[in-house]
Amino acid sequence: MRTPIAYFVFLSGILFALGTVGVLLRKNALLIFMSVELQLNAVNLSLVAFSRMHNELDGQILAFFSMVVAAAEVVVGLAIIVSIYRRRQSVNVDDVRELRW
Amino acid sequence: MPLDNVVFWVFAPISIASAIGMLVMRNAVHAALFLVVNLFCVAVMYLLLDAPFLFAVQIIVYAGAIMVLFLFVIMLLGVDRGDDLRERLLAQRPLAILLAIAFIAEIFVAVRAGIGFATKAPDGFDAVNEGGNARALAEVLFRDYFLPFEITSILLIIAAIAAMVLAQRRARVITQAELEQRRSPSTDRGSAVDDVDVAEVPR
Repeated sequence: MRTPIAYFVFLSGILFALGTVGVLLRKNALLIFMSVELQLNAVNLSLVAFSRMHNELDGQILAFFSMVVAAAEVVVGLAIIVSIYRRRQSVNVDDVRELRW
Repeated sequence: MPLDNVVFWVFAPISIASAIGMLVMRNAVHAALFLVVNLFCVAVMYLLLDAPFLFAVQIIVYAGAIMVLFLFVIMLLGVDRGDDLRERLLAQRPLAILLAIAFIAEIFVAVRAGIGFATKAPDGFDAVNEGGNARALAEVLFRDYFLPFEITSILLIIAAIAAMVLAQRRARVITQAELEQRRSPSTDRGSAVDDVDVAEVPR
C-alpha cells in the first residue's frame, strides 16, 4: 500500500464536486437522485481512506453504516419519485412547485 | 512503479470520466450504467485501501441491488423520455460549474495543508485486520457499535414499510354495475374510476 492517502481523499473530493454539479444541473428527479448517490459514495471513499490512514477500523464501520442508510434512502426516495410520477406523469423537478414560494 | 499505484492511476481517471459521463448523458439508462462503472471503480479503491469486505459490499449492495432498483424505476417511468436540459434560471449552469471548480480547489488546498500529498499510509494495518478484514470488522461492529447496528435494522424495516405505503396504488373492488357503466362509452360517470386499478369481481 504505497499510494499516498491524499490521492484518495482528493479523488473523493472530485467525485463529490461532480455529484454536486449533477444535483444542481439535472432536471430529472431520477438523475438528481443518482448524483446524490455519487456524493454518498465519494464521502464513503474518504471515510475508508481516513480509516486506512489512522490504522483504525471505525472509518470502515462508518462507511458500512452509511451504505445501509443509503440503501434505505434509495428505497424511500424512489418510492416518492414513483408516486410523484403517478400523480403528474412527470419527474421533472421544475414541474413540482407546490412548496415553492 | 508499484502495482497499487498503477491500479490507482488506471481506475481513478475511469471513475472521474464515468462520473462526468453520468452528468452529460441525456438518457437516464446510460447515466445509470455510467454510475455502475463509477461505483465499481470506487470499489476497487476500497480494495487498494485494504478494505476487501467493503469492496464486496459495495459491489453487491450498490452496483448490484441499488442500481437494479434504479434501472427498474427508470423502466417503470419510461425510458424514452430524455432529460429536459433547458435552464430556467439564467446563471445556474455557469454558477454550478464555477462552484464545483472552487470546491475542488478548496479540497486540494485543504488536503495539501492537512495531510500532505506525500503522506503514505502507515504500516501495521495487517495487525488491525487480524484474522481477516471481515472478522476484524465483525468484532468492532458487534462489540463497540452494537446499538447503532440494531437501530439500523429498525431503520431498514421502517424504510421497507414506507416504500410499500408510498408506492401502493389504492385499489378498490368495483361492483358489477360500475363495470357495466365503464364499458359503455355513452355514459360519462364511468370516468371517475379510470385512475384506480380495477379488480374484476367474478360473478
